[in-house]
Amino acid sequence: MNNQPPQQSDKPCCQHPRRTFLTRLSIGLSAVIGLVITLPVIGYVLAPIFKKPKEKWRAVGKLEDFKVGGFVLVQYEDPSPVAWAGVTATAGAWLRRVSETEFIAFSINCRHLGCPVRWVDDPKLFMCPCHGGVYYEDGTVAAGPPPEPLQKITVRVRNGQVEVQTIPTPLTLTTLT
Amino acid sequence: MSNNSLKRTWNWIDNRIGFTDYIVPLMVHLVPDNARWWYIFGSATLCAFIVQVVTGIGLAMAYVPGGEDTYESLKYITDIAPLGSLVRGMHYYGASAMVMLAVIHMVQVFMHATYKYPREMNWMSGVVLLFVVLGMAFTGQLLRWDANGVWSVTVAAEMAGRTPYIGPTLAHFMLGGETVGGSTITRFFAMHVFIMPAIIIAGIGLHMLLIMRHGISEMPDVNEPIDPDTYKEAYEERIQKTGVPFWPVAMWRDVLFSTLIVGVIMACSIFLGPPALDPPPNPSSINANPLPDWYFLWYFAVLSLLPPQLETWVILGVPVVGFIVLFFLPLISNKGHRAPSKRPWAGGAVIFISMAFIVLTIYGYKKPWSPDFDVKELPASVVGTDKGPLAEGAKLMHIKGCLYCHDIGGYGGHRGPELTEIGKLLTRDDIIIRINNGGHNMPAFASSMSSVELNLIVDFLLTRGVTPEEDVPKNPTQ
Ligand code: FES
Repeated sequence: MNNQPPQQSDKPCCQHPRRTFLTRLSIGLSAVIGLVITLPVIGYVLAPIFKKPKEKWRAVGKLEDFKVGGFVLVQYEDPSPVAWAGVTATAGAWLRRVSETEFIAFSINCRHLGCPVRWVDDPKLFMCPCHGGVYYEDGTVAAGPPPEPLQKITVRVRNGQVEVQTIPTPLTLTTLT
Repeated sequence: MSNNSLKRTWNWIDNRIGFTDYIVPLMVHLVPDNARWWYIFGSATLCAFIVQVVTGIGLAMAYVPGGEDTYESLKYITDIAPLGSLVRGMHYYGASAMVMLAVIHMVQVFMHATYKYPREMNWMSGVVLLFVVLGMAFTGQLLRWDANGVWSVTVAAEMAGRTPYIGPTLAHFMLGGETVGGSTITRFFAMHVFIMPAIIIAGIGLHMLLIMRHGISEMPDVNEPIDPDTYKEAYEERIQKTGVPFWPVAMWRDVLFSTLIVGVIMACSIFLGPPALDPPPNPSSINANPLPDWYFLWYFAVLSLLPPQLETWVILGVPVVGFIVLFFLPLISNKGHRAPSKRPWAGGAVIFISMAFIVLTIYGYKKPWSPDFDVKELPASVVGTDKGPLAEGAKLMHIKGCLYCHDIGGYGGHRGPELTEIGKLLTRDDIIIRINNGGHNMPAFASSMSSVELNLIVDFLLTRGVTPEEDVPKNPTQ
């Protein structure tokens, strides 16, 4: 049965290059189709990674609205809202007027895993509802798992408006100031 | 139509689509006659998945992925749409059922060592499926775009952000931008309704194909450890001799159990309803109490109980190592005994993991590590009086937040030690030092408490656990 390869190989020998070519052609073209379809989508999906985080100034209220004292929660539009984001395009900060001229602000995100910390006025502490993180009024850790102090947010006063500088989340992305 | 023409019509169709040629052999393929009630969980998982697909499509018809509208659309589904609450409930309980059944199915397969030769890839495809199902559960929780959903995604992004090198990239990728917001939810929506379901459907296809290819496993036999050299022929031989057709001899049990599961899902959604929606999503609102759905609560508890140095390792390690160990398990041991009685370590591991899961889940619900913001003032019955310095001291315990973490007579949080008997245990000076300086996991109050306040609190604390005769502090104010 298998003693006549020389003569029989005649045909396959001539067809062989053609078949190999067609095989390669179809595999190659399929790959091209695949790339053409997927590359734009992959680029589109990955795009947010390559955008540099924006930092923007956002007004949070008139100067005279803030009295010297404890922290108040201010809410403002996040740095890069999409048109359909609605209320989810907001970010928050704990803002305190320390003196007539001085303001201090912290991100509401716990430095542990980002839960919203609450300012409790009487004991003068920030407390986190998630895993028991507690911070003093200067943002340093008083208890619990947070590895770092609360993230500071820059504040300025312009034309009678108090403005804060937005920061990206999660806070692991920002460097401590 | 007469019977005859019905038959002819069917024959015409059957001839074109090949039901008799392709589907019938699959349905009546031989399965071991001892494959009984142990084998119902896989098909029930599939059934739960079908519930998810059907109810999910229903929900998608009214669900609007994006910012504010999402919450409104969820409220519409829950409160206004006819049967909307039922469909949402079914999707929710169906998700729980699917996670639970997938895990039970896996435990059963593990205990009977069905993952051994030649079914290694059945198991491996199953492990991938399990993780994608968990991904579905997680993204689904976020699609319930309320306060909890927003904060869960924040926590998830923080966790992802801790990955070495690629952490920030990963977090940004997940959020679809720099902050949690509109682009986050559309991203999660695409994952939840397109990408992951596609992977699951493909995975189920492969999983079933492999089941057909290698046959349903028999119950483990202590006298017949797996030997890859002889197993296949022996199995074939046995199955030809003693096997029974899957449909209907074995399948009725699957159908019966699946009916039960669907009934339970339905009943839960009728009687318990879908989970209540938290307040609307708002990344700037602090009135949230982020808590994951029950299947992830154990993990939430782990994160709270771990010493901080271990945390990043565990956050990132548990899922990765868990996946690797499970995935490669059949390559490490693919022959030998299958009977649980011969594999005590396997049984031990299952028992240990289930216990840990239960204990941690209970912990997760109780959250003893969290300050209790809603704690009420101490009632007079506990304080012993409702006026005078003692009552004032008790009031200050509430005002200064002591009760958030400390329990007195059943009122208060559990973050710190209980203070019900503290008057017996500590001296005045001890208490003052602790309050002023703080200590392990207790903030220092020196700068936020006047000496009058401090004394009132200490006087009050010194009466705790002390019988009324000795009630009057020896030296009320120092
Ligand atoms: S997120 Fe605040 S303590 Fe964990």
